Amino acid sequence: MKAAVIVFPGSNCDHDALHVCGPVMRWDTVPVWHESASLEGADLVILPGGFSYGDYLRCGAIARFSPIMDAVIKHANKGGLTLGICNGFQVLIEAGLLPGALLRNNCMEFRCVWTQLKVQTTECDFTRGLEVGDVLRVPIAHGEGNYFARPDVLKQLNDQHRVVFRYCTPDGKIAPEANPNGSVENIAGILNEGRNVLGMMPHPERASEAVLGSGDGKRVFDSLAAAYADIGW
Amino acid sequence: MRFNCEVYIRPRRDILDPQGDAVKAALANLSFPGVDSVKVGRYLVLALDANDEGAARKQLDEMCEKLLANPITEDFEIKVTPA
Repeated sequence: MKAAVIVFPGSNCDHDALHVCGPVMRWDTVPVWHESASLEGADLVILPGGFSYGDYLRCGAIARFSPIMDAVIKHANKGGLTLGICNGFQVLIEAGLLPGALLRNNCMEFRCVWTQLKVQTTECDFTRGLEVGDVLRVPIAHGEGNYFARPDVLKQLNDQHRVVFRYCTPDGKIAPEANPNGSVENIAGILNEGRNVLGMMPHPERASEAVLGSGDGKRVFDSLAAAYADIGW
Repeated sequence: MRFNCEVYIRPRRDILDPQGDAVKAALANLSFPGVDSVKVGRYLVLALDANDEGAARKQLDEMCEKLLANPITEDFEIKVTPA
């Protein structure tokens, strides 16, 4: 199992992702600079959180044209596991690997808070070790995480069970008061059609050890490890 | 031939613009109650070399579609004048 964490200028959660994949999960883990052309044979590619290119123009808009993105798009299109967290989610959307858009939070604040996520599907390697309805405690930290999609896209996401996480209350209710940013239908994370690309605004890598306040995020990485052990990729 | 190009990018009408709404609320607080709506966008100025105005516009359209604007959430308008 080999993981590559892409490092853009302005990425700031790359080390968190490297820490979880390396010392915590004990995977072979490499940082890959955005000017590189190769993913170095990685099975899992992580686009980390941060402020790539200072969020100039739009979050993720310039990172999407970094040289490494050709390899990332190729990896994703041939079924390779790809996880975009926060700014990484924004980059995946700008790259056209996931549908919709991430608008400014409706509260107009940068929100750095703990959220609860309700698992909506286990039909992907990211959540296969979880149960539908499980509630994960995972933090968010963003100013532009307000997920938006046109009604036809939203219908397709729902019909194909491609919404993986929705923001919920601690007791698992998907309600407006649990929505930290105005995302349509409380959406916190979605899959591509091939179910091998996951984009999510919350940070599972910041909640992968009890000492950090929650180990729930590690269940996503444990799912990936189990998928790899079972079938390989 | 050189052209001075201006690109106006603004949120689409049917999209919630929290930034515009916040500015509208602030203007109401400043005793400008007549403000019906505010949209906050971006304004870019480019100096561009192209064979003619049509070619310049074609390039700018492509720039907007690919990078400068997000066609899902934003509209754009282009103005081109010979330098």
